[in-house]
Amino acid sequence: MAETSSVRAALADAARYGLIAGALAFPILALRVEPDFSNKLVLETRWSWMLGAAIAAFVIRLVLALAPARAARRTLATAVDAPSAGGKTATRAIAAFGLGLIVAWPLIVLFTFGPAGALKWIDNYGVQILIYVMLGWGLNIVVGLAGLLDLGYVAFYAVGAYAYALLATNYGVSFWLCLPLAGILAAFWGILLGFPVLRLRGDYLAIVTLAFGEIIRIVLVNFSALTNGDAGIASIPRVTFFGLPFIAGPKGFAAYFDIPFSPIHRVVFLYYLILALALVTSLVTLRLRRLPIGRAWEALREDEIACRSLGLDTTKIKLTAFALGAMFGGFAGAFFAVRQGFVSPSSFNFVESATILAIVVLGGRGSQIGVAAAAIAIVGGSELLRELDFLKQIFGDGFDPTQYRMLLVGLAMVVMMNWRPRGFVSSRTPTIFLGERKTIAADLVQEGRG
Amino acid sequence: MEVFLQQLINGLTLGSIYGLIAIGYTMVFGIIGMVNFAHGDVFMLSAFIALILFIALQQFFGFDALAPSFVIVLFASMALTGLWNFVIERLAYRRLRGSFRLAPLISAIGMSIFLSNFVYVAQGPRNKSAPPMFSEVIKLTSGGAYDVTLSYKQILIVVVTAVLLAAFWFVVQKTPLGRAQRACEQDAKMAALLGVDVNRTIAATFVIGAALAAVAGVLYMLYYGVVNAADGFVPGVKAFTAAVLGGIGSIPGAVLGGLLIGLIETFWSAYFSADYKDVAAFSILAVTLIFMPTGLLGRPEVEKV
Repeated sequence: MAETSSVRAALADAARYGLIAGALAFPILALRVEPDFSNKLVLETRWSWMLGAAIAAFVIRLVLALAPARAARRTLATAVDAPSAGGKTATRAIAAFGLGLIVAWPLIVLFTFGPAGALKWIDNYGVQILIYVMLGWGLNIVVGLAGLLDLGYVAFYAVGAYAYALLATNYGVSFWLCLPLAGILAAFWGILLGFPVLRLRGDYLAIVTLAFGEIIRIVLVNFSALTNGDAGIASIPRVTFFGLPFIAGPKGFAAYFDIPFSPIHRVVFLYYLILALALVTSLVTLRLRRLPIGRAWEALREDEIACRSLGLDTTKIKLTAFALGAMFGGFAGAFFAVRQGFVSPSSFNFVESATILAIVVLGGRGSQIGVAAAAIAIVGGSELLRELDFLKQIFGDGFDPTQYRMLLVGLAMVVMMNWRPRGFVSSRTPTIFLGERKTIAADLVQEGRG
Repeated sequence: MEVFLQQLINGLTLGSIYGLIAIGYTMVFGIIGMVNFAHGDVFMLSAFIALILFIALQQFFGFDALAPSFVIVLFASMALTGLWNFVIERLAYRRLRGSFRLAPLISAIGMSIFLSNFVYVAQGPRNKSAPPMFSEVIKLTSGGAYDVTLSYKQILIVVVTAVLLAAFWFVVQKTPLGRAQRACEQDAKMAALLGVDVNRTIAATFVIGAALAAVAGVLYMLYYGVVNAADGFVPGVKAFTAAVLGGIGSIPGAVLGGLLIGLIETFWSAYFSADYKDVAAFSILAVTLIFMPTGLLGRPEVEKV
């Protein structure tokens, strides 16, 4: 008896949700404005979309309403089971396996697809993802460890990219000299921008970094004398193998090592270069966490007032986190410029910052493995969306799956904040411990801590 | 002189729109201490809803009379945008109260990305140019080097803003809902103990904020005649700047800040450089937050341990 009435209530509730979703979808999904041939706006109707939205809301609500008992039991179970020491070895094994796979990846795809077919797999699925892994790890220092929400991280990426682009095209400085310079410049900008903002509270800090990021982008667009404006800087010198260019001639890399020339050499080299840079980022972060400065970052994230009353110089601590994060952003920027051979301000807009932030937030602030996994999921996922051509047969020719990339990222951020606010990998190894080393389950720590 | 007068008129018009959006930021911040990052995109959504309804009235019902259809579109898009923001608050923010401090902000950033891309996918990437409406102008001066004009659009924008602000002021000051809102703003826990339904009050705040943003959206659509799915971000940041400049949490401050930002932006474009007009707004945002975080009319914030 109680069972049927609860089902009936759930149905009524779901129907209400369906109705609301239909009402929400009515103008914006069901009617589409498009200019016709005389440039007058006309509406086309797509009632099926609206119906789809309503039905989706109905079904989702019904499923959620009928499954709460099971969900409640499950969360209770994880809360009790999670703090086991067994998780540690598993995590370690996953990390070792993942690292091995990543190191061997170019060889695996070369072996499977041959030099021509492997290019896409190394470039789009390798280099592209690793850039974001590195950016995610760099931002992780600022957001994950020090707890400062930086919405303008892409500004430092831009500083690095433009530093290499300008120095290389104007003065012919080599990439290997520019790489450290780009990092130092970005760190300098981090200190310059960080100094005034770091005494602000968390959400104000986020907004001010957003403002700074946008200001830098607008200056890049409008300061044409230096940056060539929207057109960007083209024909930036390509990467060399420590001085040996990847060209077909007698002075190239292939001739020196006496192997047949192939464009894949450069891509494979770029892959290992960004892998090395990313690993350096991660290693430095992991080691710094053990040092007093890293502990101070995490202490600061937990409780700023307690930190100050214990005599820690919060401004200095925040500034080091900000500058270090910026430095790795600058390295990644220089790499981006040498890989693309072209930089323009449109690569450094807010969407880019938001994507990097989403990687850190979804992966789990402070967790290196989580951030890497999230970068693979988001960047690799959006590359995969390009390949889903069969969807066109289902939804018609106008369907473009890549349009849905940021839509899904935004949705994932909202869902993650509501469902697991600490990200996918939510357990943490404390920086300091007594006796046995254990990871702590998310449910046993206060939200946002650890 | 003519340039000054013209820019003054343009700035006040633009400022009214910013002020209406800024109220949404300031009210939500006042009541739950959250920077509602998605508010700019809610505003953009409302402009789209208004444009679609307006064209639907013409195309499906052959309803051509401008003034009545403006009124219908205004109220319909206020209602629909209010419903949107109600659902957004319910799904994306309500569960996060009591979570860690940055959680609502991150969720709102996600919501902002979602909304702009949702409209992008649903309505396509192209600019939508609305048919010109109320475009007659009154010449205020003539014979000089430059005719100062005041368009019907601008009069309409300022009048609608003034009327709605008056109505809104009445709601906040004189109705039980407004009283509950002010109580929650001062101390949500105490208000709950005294029988105020805090969740409902917060939901009402989001709905009212969205309705005012919808008014701004309709007026923006009218004024510029073009809407695009990416249009939420920059006006949103500027309106937030207005809220901060006026003193976040203070409703008169939001209106004052809106007008100031509108004036600064138009004068900056007229006398310095239109390329850097967004830099002006962003710099004001940064400088205000760094040196004057309470704004012009805000209360100083006390950090409790």
